[in-house]
Amino acid sequence: MLPLADLVLPTADEEIWRYSRIDQLEPGSFTASDPRTAVSGGAGVRITSERVNSIAESDVFAQYNSEYQATTVIDVPKGAVIAEPIVIDQHTAAGAATFPRTVVRVAEGAQCTVVERFTSESGVASLTVPVVAIEAAQGSNVSYLAVNDVDTAAWQIGHQILTGERDSAINISTVTLGGHYTRVRTESRSAGQGASLRQVSLYFAAGDQMHDFRVHQDHDAPNTNSDLLFKGAVQDRARSVYTGLISIREHAKGTAANQTNRNLTLSEGAWAESVPNLDIRNNDVRCSHASTVGPIDQEQRFYLESRGLRPEVAERLVVLGFFDEVLSQLPALDLVGELRSRVATRLSIGGAR
Amino acid sequence: MSVLAINGLRAEIASTGTEILRGIDLEVASGEVHAVMGPNGAGKSTLSAVLMGKPGYKVTAGTVTLDGVDMLGLPTWERAVAGLHLVMQYPTEVPGVALDEVLAEALSSRGRATDGLTAELEVEAERIGFEERFLHRPLNVDLSGGEKKRNETLQLAVLRPRIAILDELDSGLDIDALRDCSRRVEDLSNEAENPLGVLAITHYNRLLTELRPDHVHILVKGQIVSSGGPELATVLETDGYAAFTGQDDEPESSSSSLDDLFRM
Repeated sequence: MLPLADLVLPTADEEIWRYSRIDQLEPGSFTASDPRTAVSGGAGVRITSERVNSIAESDVFAQYNSEYQATTVIDVPKGAVIAEPIVIDQHTAAGAATFPRTVVRVAEGAQCTVVERFTSESGVASLTVPVVAIEAAQGSNVSYLAVNDVDTAAWQIGHQILTGERDSAINISTVTLGGHYTRVRTESRSAGQGASLRQVSLYFAAGDQMHDFRVHQDHDAPNTNSDLLFKGAVQDRARSVYTGLISIREHAKGTAANQTNRNLTLSEGAWAESVPNLDIRNNDVRCSHASTVGPIDQEQRFYLESRGLRPEVAERLVVLGFFDEVLSQLPALDLVGELRSRVATRLSIGGAR
Repeated sequence: MSVLAINGLRAEIASTGTEILRGIDLEVASGEVHAVMGPNGAGKSTLSAVLMGKPGYKVTAGTVTLDGVDMLGLPTWERAVAGLHLVMQYPTEVPGVALDEVLAEALSSRGRATDGLTAELEVEAERIGFEERFLHRPLNVDLSGGEKKRNETLQLAVLRPRIAILDELDSGLDIDALRDCSRRVEDLSNEAENPLGVLAITHYNRLLTELRPDHVHILVKGQIVSSGGPELATVLETDGYAAFTGQDDEPESSSSSLDDLFRM
């Protein structure tokens, strides 16, 4: 086994780690162990824990995940329609470093929803390095929601790797509330003609938290489409980074791709960065991107205050309304009410306003 | 009986220091309907913004009181709770925030119960011709001009302020919506108990054919240059603002029929 202390960290000089907190991480201070994993739901699918070694390792964390992987494999058989969400809980203990690996293989024409929730021992540091790989076969339809609810002292450095074959539909959502530093790198590849990808994300960092997203939408077949909406808020001294890249390869004609990233800065000391990029190698495509960083809209705030709402109530409603566009698209609807009230609760935390 | 008293009000745009209001005196009491009319640039929107405490303006002199309580020293939300209400010219879209949710919070601020709200909203929506499905939808999002003003009028009826400032209620309104909104305001101002006092700020005459003012004031270059009864509006109708400004009327009002055409 590779000892954790030998993990050679990348540096913030590399573009993909720019702005990150990677230079503050001390891998040797954690003990490699298995997460506490619980799976519920999934009647009609095959759930196993055999190691999967075929996943590309895009950096040293993915490599360590391969080495230490605590694997959950979900195989949805051809044509099966699984209505009930499959829920995976991954918990990291105090001082532990865990490497959950979730592989969702959805066979031809099958349909399923997977929710993965990450938590960690409260009040203490830990390190979670998850990898999720979703393979959507021809004509399949898969929804995946990751909820990051680790402690605000914890580290999480994750990878999401998605492959959509011909006429498949992948709907991936992430809700990130936890982490001293939470990073999610998402690599999607539309590998078959007509594949579609819908990607939404909500993140809310307060106190000294940092949320960091690196997203690549790779269109590697004709007539594919992808649509991305990331909405975040930073409060107190928190930071967030969104870096997105849409690539459309030479042969991917007829493709439509969009990325939209909107950020609210709720305090003077909070900071958000948004960097959308495009790499388009075919002319017969429709592509758009939009990104904004700024405080709450003053007109919206004034409108609500002019109805007699206290400033803090007006702010709470505007922020919840801002996130509603994402919350309303999450696949596991019974979770949404709880997530909305979690966001509302966080709005009252924090001193430096 | 409530009185909104504006005395010697002067205000400027905070960022540039440009003076817009140059000494306004007005008194609006319960049950009265006052119209403030003026050409573009007279300071009509600034007056409504300053009365409600919108950021971006600086009051340099004068007082505004509601029943003796100083309004200028209060934040916007407390002015609203005290009984001042602004019906906006361009009601702001607030994505993801539902109308009923906002009104529930607005009633809570006023220490009023919210248990009858849903029923009251349905009654008011019916009365003003506002589709019920909009009650639970995000505020003003994807509503037409007419629907936005019906929404504003509905909020006015539910919140029951003492004094309402109507900022160009007629802009963006079709003739049916104009009639429905004006009549609702008129009814509120005629109620036996706590009748609404109305300060209607408008460029055009057509609002006043529906909402009959007791008093008309002509605002030019930040000052009220003439005050009188409804007959003043008739002078405007025939002579335009030229009679009050000493110059030719502004193109906007001389081409008002075309404006109206495209506004429908």
